[in-house]
Amino acid sequence: MEQTLFYILATVTVIATLFAISEKHPVHAIVYLVTSFFALAIVFYLLAAPLIAMFEMIIYAGAVMVLFLFVIMMLDLGSPEDAKRPSLMHCLPALVLSGIILASLALLVSTRSATIATATHVVGVKEFCVALFGRYGVAIEIISMQLLFAVVGALYLGRRRKS
Amino acid sequence: MIVPLMHLLILASILFSLGLICVLIWRSNVIMLLIGIEIMLNAAMLTFVAGSNQWGQPDGQVFALMIMAMTSAEVSLALALVVYLHRRKKTVDVDEFRELKDQ
Repeated sequence: MEQTLFYILATVTVIATLFAISEKHPVHAIVYLVTSFFALAIVFYLLAAPLIAMFEMIIYAGAVMVLFLFVIMMLDLGSPEDAKRPSLMHCLPALVLSGIILASLALLVSTRSATIATATHVVGVKEFCVALFGRYGVAIEIISMQLLFAVVGALYLGRRRKS
Repeated sequence: MIVPLMHLLILASILFSLGLICVLIWRSNVIMLLIGIEIMLNAAMLTFVAGSNQWGQPDGQVFALMIMAMTSAEVSLALALVVYLHRRKKTVDVDEFRELKDQ
């Protein structure tokens, strides 16, 4: 049951991402990407990470994508009929690099040794939170400072100039 | 573990290659370039969560959360830069943005 669900969700994620990157219209691309992120959030839930799944939905599909939509509408980029398609010259390095990644993946799959032993116990929310605020407490402080700097930088860049 | 770790790694690397293709071919639109970066970071998060589930340790989920916080900081700064540059040059073509300084 869960395996079937995982393969369906993986297919949905890959196809939605494919549509998102080949779409010329940025708003359509954002909507495809939200579909992909929802499917990925359910994959996270199936992997016994319910908090990460919720944050993926709230922060990624909710906040970040809405921020993208907001900027697209504010800059009036919603009508990209005059935007130029990428030429084949631009596609060449992308195809070469992704070909290298997929070839190394195929090599990894074909020469796989014995399967790794799977842990029996599942990470619960309590254990996750103890690790987050205990062992990684300093990292949380640094992350909060980083978010503060991002806010200050965004305010500085977005201010109205007089002239 | 519902599926083997290898299948999750295959899914993550396919997503990463799609994001890389998006970053490299959409040089005419900086919004699509940022979308490609989002896809690649999601693939990295999937790898972290899969490893956390495989070995039963919470560290992978903690790092996935940190990637998420880093992404929101990065996106807010990058979109503010996009708004600023669009106000100056009236375009979102990456090749037009060679300097930040006013001439």
